[in-house]
Amino acid sequence: MAGGAASGSFAKSQDRYGWLFVTLALILFGVFLLYPIVYSFYLSTMSSKGVTQNFVGLDNYIKLFKDPMFILALKNTIVFFVIQVPIMLFLALILATVLNDKTIKFRGLFRTAIFLPAVTSLVAYTILFKMMFALDGFINTALMNLHIIKEPIPWLLDPVWAKVTVIIALTWRWTGYNMVFYLSALQNIPEEIYEAAEIDGAGKIRRFFQITIPALKPLIVFTSIMSTIGTLQLFDEPMNLSQGGVTASTIGPGNSLLTLSVYIYNLCFKYMPNFGYAATVSYIIVFIVAILTVIQFKVAGDRN
Amino acid sequence: MKRILVYAFLISAFVISVFPFYWMVVGMTNSAVDVIKGKMTFGGQLFNNLKILFSSYDMAGVLLNSLKISGLTVIGTLIVASMAAYGFEMYSSASREKVYSILLLSMMVPFAALMIPLFRLIVKLGLLNKHSALILTSIASVFIIFFFRQSFKSFPKEIIQAARVDGAGEFSIFFFIVIPSMKSTYAAAAIYSFMTSWNAYLWPLIVLQNDKQKTVTLLISSMSSAYFPEYGVIMAAIVIATLPIITVFFTLQKHFVQGMLGSVKQ
Repeated sequence: MAGGAASGSFAKSQDRYGWLFVTLALILFGVFLLYPIVYSFYLSTMSSKGVTQNFVGLDNYIKLFKDPMFILALKNTIVFFVIQVPIMLFLALILATVLNDKTIKFRGLFRTAIFLPAVTSLVAYTILFKMMFALDGFINTALMNLHIIKEPIPWLLDPVWAKVTVIIALTWRWTGYNMVFYLSALQNIPEEIYEAAEIDGAGKIRRFFQITIPALKPLIVFTSIMSTIGTLQLFDEPMNLSQGGVTASTIGPGNSLLTLSVYIYNLCFKYMPNFGYAATVSYIIVFIVAILTVIQFKVAGDRN
Repeated sequence: MKRILVYAFLISAFVISVFPFYWMVVGMTNSAVDVIKGKMTFGGQLFNNLKILFSSYDMAGVLLNSLKISGLTVIGTLIVASMAAYGFEMYSSASREKVYSILLLSMMVPFAALMIPLFRLIVKLGLLNKHSALILTSIASVFIIFFFRQSFKSFPKEIIQAARVDGAGEFSIFFFIVIPSMKSTYAAAAIYSFMTSWNAYLWPLIVLQNDKQKTVTLLISSMSSAYFPEYGVIMAAIVIATLPIITVFFTLQKHFVQGMLGSVKQ
């Protein structure tokens, strides 16, 4: 077949162009992403004090479980995502459902306003919240004027309230962001399904749980994975909420805001640098992400 | 009755979302004491706060730094990431699909896990305290490659075929036919990339240790951790730092939402 040879050389040149187009990205990816990821794992099996490095195998991983600071950071981080992610995603779902109703007025305005927090920088909004939640700050003043509370709440001075503040702040920043994803998916659900369910006598709440949530399941899984990864990396908020910022001796009252990422930073840049041990902590995050991803996909079933 | 509840819910969500923005604009015009007391009305300190911000701090310098870093990052990312996405999508091959899945997997790896070797690499390359340390490391954004690829999926392949028949080269097809017809996607990617770069904190904090090279985000952070924070001045800095993003967002909002939705729908 005469055409065969020609199309074969066409395929070959096509393949070459394919590589040409991706080369630049692959070089940068390899150097600045893949290499550090792999090297970090290698580092996690080393003990490095100053310039000397020794291979210690899994010793660093064993050391973790005897390190009270690591345990504390792990606990704090888990509290954040276990409580915050479900609250936020549920709120985002409800907002998206409400705003998907075409009879609601000013939908565009509401959508834009609720999305707006997502454009602020993490540092800027955190500092804003730090001022609002100060002991004599706006929130306490307002709550006391409304006679909701008698005494000011020690938002940033009490270990539990400090966590509550972070959870409120995170929810403010990210709910609208997730809502936009849900809104887009909701627009793909044919209205007839809802109409049929309505005829069958299903109320709004039943329609929400039996049509909306199952239809959005893949996206809910996706957003919960992304939010979980985000929360596991929590750094900007705890750093900037605590008194003294980067140089603070504790992150939040009684280290209640010490997260894994903050701990890694401290291990590398605040204490005597121990890159090997810090890399070990960072790989714990990778393992948690991997496990959670698998679980979340299992929960969602095999769709996508 | 139900209607009223729905609107009450939406209006409270609206107020909660927007209030901090109002408050930061008001705060910019007030003294430190008034800000922390939660004064809700405009004051007369705007000029004074701005004066302090631009004289006691190197606000102009850090603004220029941030603009330079974010601008170059956006340009680099748009070119490199969209080319890569085009290569993955339009020239299908099994081996490139494998590479692509490695890329996607790497999105799951938190930044903390690569930060240490990356920092040492930057030191070795002599890029510590250089803006290129921020730009080079963020150009190959896997998320943006993914984003572009999702959008290229809906690009009509017939147009490319027709251009080939007309004798156009592969690169000129990409640069002169594909790019101009995907403005929405490029705008959305540009906003995303600009926002990420402008707002970055942890990586700049590590790599930029000289005051002269610092970014707006780093300056705001260090201002607020001062022993006696000047809240009115900080508010002014926050407003100035947030303004470019909000402006960019509102002017390109249509594209951004369209682009985001386009990538999700696939």
